[in-house]
Amino acid sequence: MSATALLQAIVDGVLTGGVYALMAAGLSLVFGVMDVINIAQGVLIVLGAYLSYVLSVHLGIDLFAGLLIIAPLFFVLGMGIEWGLMRRLREGDRTAMSILVTYAVAIVIEGVLTLVFGIDFVQLHAPYVDSSLHIFGFFLPYIYVLGFALAAALLAGLYVMLYRTKFGRAVRASLQNRMAADLVGINVARTRTISMGIGVAVTAVGGMVFGATNAFNPNSGYDLISRLLAIVILGGMGSIGGAMAAAVFLLVLNDVVAVAWSPVWAPLVFFAALVVVLSVKPEGLFGKPPVRAQ
Amino acid sequence: MRVSKHFTGTCVVAVAALVAACGGSSSGSSSSTGGSSPNAKPITIGTSLSLSGDFAADGQAFERGYRLWADDANAKGGLLGHKVKLQVISDSSRPDQVVSNYQKLIGSNHDELVFGPFSTLLTVPSSKIANRYGYAFVEGAGGGPAVFATGLKNVFDVSIPVKDNLVAFAQYIAALPAGQRPKTAAYPTVNEQFTQPQIPVARKILEAAGVKTVYSKVFPAEVTDFTPIAGQVVAAHPDIVVLGSVDVPTVSSFVHAFVQQRFNPKAFIATAGPDQGAAFVKAVGQGNQNGIFVPNGWFGGFRKADSEKMVKEYIAKYGGTPSDINADVAEAYAVGQTMAQAVAATHSLDNKKIIAYLHSGATLDSVQGPVKFDPLGENTAQKTLTFQWQNGALVQTLPAGQPGVHAPVFPKPPWGV
Repeated sequence: MSATALLQAIVDGVLTGGVYALMAAGLSLVFGVMDVINIAQGVLIVLGAYLSYVLSVHLGIDLFAGLLIIAPLFFVLGMGIEWGLMRRLREGDRTAMSILVTYAVAIVIEGVLTLVFGIDFVQLHAPYVDSSLHIFGFFLPYIYVLGFALAAALLAGLYVMLYRTKFGRAVRASLQNRMAADLVGINVARTRTISMGIGVAVTAVGGMVFGATNAFNPNSGYDLISRLLAIVILGGMGSIGGAMAAAVFLLVLNDVVAVAWSPVWAPLVFFAALVVVLSVKPEGLFGKPPVRAQ
Repeated sequence: MRVSKHFTGTCVVAVAALVAACGGSSSGSSSSTGGSSPNAKPITIGTSLSLSGDFAADGQAFERGYRLWADDANAKGGLLGHKVKLQVISDSSRPDQVVSNYQKLIGSNHDELVFGPFSTLLTVPSSKIANRYGYAFVEGAGGGPAVFATGLKNVFDVSIPVKDNLVAFAQYIAALPAGQRPKTAAYPTVNEQFTQPQIPVARKILEAAGVKTVYSKVFPAEVTDFTPIAGQVVAAHPDIVVLGSVDVPTVSSFVHAFVQQRFNPKAFIATAGPDQGAAFVKAVGQGNQNGIFVPNGWFGGFRKADSEKMVKEYIAKYGGTPSDINADVAEAYAVGQTMAQAVAATHSLDNKKIIAYLHSGATLDSVQGPVKFDPLGENTAQKTLTFQWQNGALVQTLPAGQPGVHAPVFPKPPWGV
């Protein structure tokens, strides 16, 4: 294996890691704030990709411009899921029961998508999807570069929101001690609803980038969820920066193994790395304690 | 555990959805009425199809093929004067589910006949169930050697054996004048029973013609990020890429990676994916499909009277153009035709008689061409065809010299043209 091939694999891993971080960030935020494991994350990503597809193909709206429409819609959808389903869960059972409830949400969304779009694969197209930046002998696809930049900007925005704003303090206080937060006047229910909305809105952005880099159909979400959960757990449940670091780490590892060793071993090493890191640091790379550790 | 009424309702919905998602949902329905006796009891033909999961696109195309055949059969009076009723159960593309589905169809429902599922992966375990009950197992998408290696005498694949799928393409490349012939080839392939047997056969022919192998790696079906694999292929600069793929996303990922890396091989063939008509074009992008080869037994423009009739019926029912039709539709339709001819010839629904007849060496006919089974159940009468996307349409290019066959475009045109 040449040094160029290794370097290309690292660059590819970093860029692809940015896309995965974008998809995992909402999952991490929702768990960190609400103790909800959102199994529907993969299907929500696919839903975001389909909405981008509709806006692009039927209305001629650019993929990135379309996010200005889709992200607010997803924000409302996220708040609706929290208000209609998550809020009804008893506090002690919330994490376990959320798996079942969000799985039901996933099944319903998948069913609707199948009815509307059928089962054939589609992919998002735009001039920047198939073109690339030629720099130092490497071809960097614009869509990955833009996706990475978007991931970095959005995750930085989430960090600022959580750690530099009054709302962020309310979010973290709600997580630390709901009763105490209530006593100091924080509207915990409202805080959680908005947090879920933000988490799902971020997912919409990940959905667009996913749809531009992969062919997808309504079933595609299930291939994603195991990897996204691995990223969130490795990064530290609830840690936004951890999600970014874990995504880049795992995807670089995946790509380097695929190139240097064999593609057959890449998925195994991806999950083996998770086991190894957790055996040394059970809370994940940045998960001590969740959210507040950053 | 105390939960609210609202939540209890949610859980009921979730559990119901979970059960449905795990398979076992059946969609039995009779096909259109025909000239059969109104009092005759319908013949139920059971099948398990991948209506969700990894093979969902193929499974749904198969369902369309089976239903088109059933409609046509009923329009002609059904089988032995009985209407045909299809019972389709979803297996979610899972081997464990396909086994329980055929146990249900045969052991519990006592369907008179069964048709095969989609893919070699699902045909292997399900054919064993059918064999246990003595049922003829006519199928159209289980052409991998693993199916015939079981040695079962009840399995009959109406399509071409997959191991020879790439032979016509490899022979075409090998026969090119030395000055034009590609010098290097790459063979990335998914580790699947459908794809892997095809690669060594093609590679042997090409290497014998002096085409050097510069990349040959197997990748698991679970791969979701093809970037590093495609990157390695690009780095090897092969003249030909022979991609062992089972679906559209795999081919699409390689195509987009090649376009992004500004790499255009002289020839590009994929074992599956480009045969899925409009779905393939939607994934790779308009123009990027041109020049890509795919082996198969049938395509929408196939010149045969019953095939053209089926295509017309398909378009009338589902819309689109001949190029939009998934080749799986014809494979499924051919299963129905083959079974119908066996039933007619034996004047019986007795599966033993049907199996004996199909092993008799009789040559049958289908929308894909002739059907004649060897002792293993492979169709030896049909030759591999190779297709290529040219000017936005999928056309037959090999074997050359037949009416309606187009000359292959070589070298491949630039991406997007």
